Amino acid sequence: MSLEVMLNAAGLAFVVGGSRWHQADGQVMFLFILTMAAAEVAVGLALVLRIYHRFKSLDADVLSGMRG
Amino acid sequence: MEPAFYIAGGVAVLATLLMLTRLNVVHALLYLIVSLLGVGVVFFVLGAPFAAALEAIVYAGAIMVLFLFVVMMLNIGAHAAETEKQWLTRGVWTGPGVLAGILLIEVAYLGRGSYAALGTAAIAPKEVGIALFGPYLIGVELASMLLLAGLVGAYHLGFHEAEKPEIQHDTDTHEGRADTGGDLVLAGTDRSARTP
Repeated sequence: MSLEVMLNAAGLAFVVGGSRWHQADGQVMFLFILTMAAAEVAVGLALVLRIYHRFKSLDADVLSGMRG
Repeated sequence: MEPAFYIAGGVAVLATLLMLTRLNVVHALLYLIVSLLGVGVVFFVLGAPFAAALEAIVYAGAIMVLFLFVVMMLNIGAHAAETEKQWLTRGVWTGPGVLAGILLIEVAYLGRGSYAALGTAAIAPKEVGIALFGPYLIGVELASMLLLAGLVGAYHLGFHEAEKPEIQHDTDTHEGRADTGGDLVLAGTDRSARTP
């Protein structure tokens, strides 16, 4: 979710830049960021579901497979 | 037009800060949706109506619903109804509701009056489309391939999980799953002792 906020900030910067110089490129870049966020969210949430089903937890300390 | 920009930006920043400090995932999601809608209004004020529409539809509509589905999916069971009843007390939805109401009033005001973009003139969706399918055609193709890779990857990760025997959640015993209150980190930690 914080990653979403960061990507959103980058998109906002692009749109502001495009508005400042009156170019459509800023919005095009925002579209690409949107696409990347959608793909990343799909894969990330699938991973989260997988981890939950396997370890019955989302605590990062539990997920230590290596014997260290 | 400038006060509208500052109000929407303030709402977005405030909602993001509140989202970062929530301990409950669903509450944080509510604030995140309001934050995305605030950024959408900022886009509209800045003269990017196409980006504003995409922000509302794709981000707040599709991606956030995906998040909500997964959060709810990790909390299935008989205790979920009581947990959700606890989540939706009055204090929980008044914060996002008030912020979203401010945005709604602002959008109604903007739609009523004559629309003039801040700074330079607005960039119509037509220009964006021409730029998108003109010099940026390669980028569009790459984005489509990225989406396809994401789709196949998500399907692959979800497919192996279905092959294994499904873990049956105990519906009649409450001891099986302690009430985590939507805290994803603590969700199901008490079950680690019992291997299915």
